[in-house]
Amino acid sequence: MSGLFTPFLFQAAVQSITPILLASLAGVLCGRVGVFNLALEGQMLVGAFAAIAGSYFAHSAIVGVAAAMAGAVVFSLVLAYGATIFRGDPVVIGIGMNLLASGLTAYLLRVVFGVSGTFSDPGIVGLGRITIAPLIGVPFLGWAFGRQSALTWVAWALTALVSVVLFKTPVGLRLRGVGEEPDAAETLGVDVAGARIVTVLLAGALAGLAGAQLSLGAVSIFAEDMSAGRGWIAVVAVMLGRNNPLYAAAACVLFGFADAISIHLQSLGLPNQLTDISPYVATLAALVVTHRRRRRAASPPAEVAAATPGKAEARPEGR
Amino acid sequence: MNGRPRWSALPLSLRPPPVALAILFAALTGGALVLVSGHNPLRAYADIVAGSLSLGSLPDTLNWATPLVGMTLVAAIPLRGGMVNLGGDGQLVIGGLIGALVPLVLPGPGAVAAAAALAAAALGAGLYATLAAWGETRHGIPMLISSLLLSYPAVGVTSYLARFPLRDVTTGLPQTAMVPAAARLYPLSGALNVGSLIIAAIAVAVVFVDRRTVAGYELRMRGKNLRFAGYGGVRLDRQAVLTMFMSGAIAGLVGAIVVLGSQFRFIDGALLTPAYTWSGLMAALLVGGEPVGAIVAGLFFAALQTGGFAMQRDTSVPRVLALVLQAIVILFLAMRQGVGRRFR
Repeated sequence: MSGLFTPFLFQAAVQSITPILLASLAGVLCGRVGVFNLALEGQMLVGAFAAIAGSYFAHSAIVGVAAAMAGAVVFSLVLAYGATIFRGDPVVIGIGMNLLASGLTAYLLRVVFGVSGTFSDPGIVGLGRITIAPLIGVPFLGWAFGRQSALTWVAWALTALVSVVLFKTPVGLRLRGVGEEPDAAETLGVDVAGARIVTVLLAGALAGLAGAQLSLGAVSIFAEDMSAGRGWIAVVAVMLGRNNPLYAAAACVLFGFADAISIHLQSLGLPNQLTDISPYVATLAALVVTHRRRRRAASPPAEVAAATPGKAEARPEGR
Repeated sequence: MNGRPRWSALPLSLRPPPVALAILFAALTGGALVLVSGHNPLRAYADIVAGSLSLGSLPDTLNWATPLVGMTLVAAIPLRGGMVNLGGDGQLVIGGLIGALVPLVLPGPGAVAAAAALAAAALGAGLYATLAAWGETRHGIPMLISSLLLSYPAVGVTSYLARFPLRDVTTGLPQTAMVPAAARLYPLSGALNVGSLIIAAIAVAVVFVDRRTVAGYELRMRGKNLRFAGYGGVRLDRQAVLTMFMSGAIAGLVGAIVVLGSQFRFIDGALLTPAYTWSGLMAALLVGGEPVGAIVAGLFFAALQTGGFAMQRDTSVPRVLALVLQAIVILFLAMRQGVGRRFR
């Protein structure tokens, strides 16, 4: 086992946690205001593409990150307005957005950059890593955080920030009210639809950051469908964490290590087709195990109802 | 409230049909996209129509429609009962791999081998799909999530098998050995084969079950109101498992039909790159799982994608535009459905 817990494993794990963590924070925010966000995968993909485009044309990673946030926010308008003003089913909208993101980024990749599959260019400026010299040699924590991109630090800071805002501030109380009892919130003078729209758009910016980490973080390329299920894993992390940012972050840590271990197994010579599935298997196992723990709770998890289209009436947000 | 269209006051027969509106909206948005990328949208659309519906290209459209309509049914059946099967990709490759292997190991006449391969593919993929249903009924994991997450291991393992233990070492490609000629599906005309007839028969059967049988009625009842169906005596858990088995079995059949009818071997990734699963899901979502509408939508998407090839050839507009148009139609309809309802 000593061969497994190397500095590299910790670094790789924290690196793969970053995008999932940012996306699951986006999911947590949406879930808290009663909008089930299944579009994380698509939002990340749009962010990843916008990040590459921004960085390529402006030769600046900062512009790339800003473009990722802006692109994902614009894309999130579909969910923000679709699930509120237009009263669409968030499940159908989420699936539609994921497919739109997949098609749109593939289309733009061909039209804007004239390539299909993957795009890489020396003109793309990646995020780079921040090396914290005194930390690097420290076992575990230092291995994990000694050399990471700025977005990793942003992601963990945002986890703390989102927790504090949600649970310790009046704004957070209102947001949670919007999700739990929209009618009561409305009676108290909270603009429910407005709060949902703003939250979904903010969450879109977070998912955009997740995309920027994917395309500008470890490598500076864009590949078609490069989000590769990470958005769905973030959705699961939100479910496992029951819309609590800290619990969701714990779930992300689990997936991140599963991912890092799969990279490690690959370096031992196992074919990557087999090792790549480990985060998904870990996710399924986590879902089964946590349900065992919760089985005594009488009511089925609200997400089950929310994740079923055509069940608008059964959704917790009420009508 | 804002956003409610004025025509909601009109009698139902005078309102613009939402599907036509959605297609028009998608065509306009897509046209803008084509225009911005420096091509003529009218020419692109003319190419799509000519490249899919002209007499010469109709067999190609039908050949493309075979797996796509099959995967539409895969998505539509659970959707009818308010469930979502996002694991079509996994079930598809399981069926494809089983379909490619059975004729290689089974002696006997070709037709028997082909029939056995199809049956085994349906059974294998169907059983795999029931795992997702079981995840929901036993473990409380939403089927939407469990079916999708189960898809990745299936894709990974079949890919590994086709690349390593089962690879045809006489070629340099990640694919299994060729299926013997006798076990291939009988060709009808051009690229079309008996597989298209099988899918057509299944489509008819699905419509019949939906409209004329107790099982279809109970599934629709579940889709309308889960609790009411349970109260009315429907055994919900059993229904979920059976529905997912049927859905997965059809996905497996589609995989085996593509393998035995067109590719003659399991090629890693070949069943997934055309994104039949997702186009089928979109077609089914378009009409909320109603089978006849879903089949029509599946045929429409197949025409759109087949025409996309012609468009890419003639105007160099990338054919992924077809996927973009499909997604816009879905999103437009998803929102349009809610517009008529009273807000709060």
